[in-house]
Amino acid sequence: MSIFEYNGSALVAMVGKNCFAIASDRRLGVQLQTIATDFQRIYKIHENLFIGLSGLATDAQTLYQRLVFRHKLYQLREERNMKPETFASLVSAILYEKRFGPYFCQPVIAGLGDDNKPFICTMDSIGAKELAKDFVVAGTASESLYGACEAMFKPDMEAEELFETLSQALLSSVDRDCLSGWGGHVYVV
Amino acid sequence: MECVFGLVGKGFALVVADASAVHSILLHKSNEDKIMILDSHKLMGASGEAGDRAQFTEYIQKNVALYQFRNGIPLTTAAAANFTRGELATALRKSPYFVNIILAGYDKETGPSLYYIDYIASMHKVDKAAFGYGSYFSLAMMDRHYHSNMTLEEAIDLVDKCIIEIRSRLVVAPPNFIIKIVDQDGAREYGWRKSINDDHISAA
Repeated sequence: MSIFEYNGSALVAMVGKNCFAIASDRRLGVQLQTIATDFQRIYKIHENLFIGLSGLATDAQTLYQRLVFRHKLYQLREERNMKPETFASLVSAILYEKRFGPYFCQPVIAGLGDDNKPFICTMDSIGAKELAKDFVVAGTASESLYGACEAMFKPDMEAEELFETLSQALLSSVDRDCLSGWGGHVYVV
Repeated sequence: MECVFGLVGKGFALVVADASAVHSILLHKSNEDKIMILDSHKLMGASGEAGDRAQFTEYIQKNVALYQFRNGIPLTTAAAANFTRGELATALRKSPYFVNIILAGYDKETGPSLYYIDYIASMHKVDKAAFGYGSYFSLAMMDRHYHSNMTLEEAIDLVDKCIIEIRSRLVVAPPNFIIKIVDQDGAREYGWRKSINDDHISAA
């Protein structure tokens, strides 16, 4: 079994009309055994910026602590919050620092930039950014998620419709993946 | 294989561990205490490689005490858990500790809490947790019978059910178990469940 599939995870983010939504599953497992059904995978960096970390739970926790540290320093120095694009570059740089001994995580970043323009991106475990205009996925259920999102996505959805679409895409995908599931957390901004 | 499990009840938390010290097919002793009392209101049950277990839990215990000496107040359970996770995470990519930890504590403000910390430093706050082959039986038993705010009698009854399940269904079932409790009165040994009594042989 791959190290990325050790804990099991599913993450997806979608863009709507001046809003975004990011969702994750809630299972924390150790290979075949489920440890908890209330595990938090999405973290708030600031009011308009969320990061979800799929993959190995320990690296997700360590990486989150490092990112919060860097963002707090940024806030102290610049006296403002980081833009999502800047934050994505920061995450990419931190991941590439460990190029030959990486964090086994795939982040999904979702935020609102200037003029409430939604921004989403994902990257692989060594920081290769992948920007998208519609949706991004990560985790053990990513293949199912690609299919479900492609089928259900419409551009310029309002917040409520976006929430419904994202939830249904997430739940139907994790139902086909034994390593993720047990409900979902959805954040709509 | 080593069995450690724990659960949270009303105003207390229990940690149960087997008491066997094993090297390959040989059982050296069956009254080994694997649940370290970190300070007055914290317990750390550990399973994994024997040397790492003893060394790491003692290291955490001494650092928890150091914090109290330096700062005059004890660490909260959450802080101790995060410190433990930090130590495991730092060592992970250098020379990892192969120790799985169940950390139970009682704080005046927040009551009892239980933390599951993997040997690769994945941490999660839980109501019930278990490690080892015994976890397949004890987690299933707890999933069935556990509910929040259990009384001590109910919790001990559940612990006994888990132990019976482990003894009857695990092929290499450990003979003896130790139970420790932490509540507002502190962390202490609650009792043993023995099927082999070797107390007359001097304990290490």
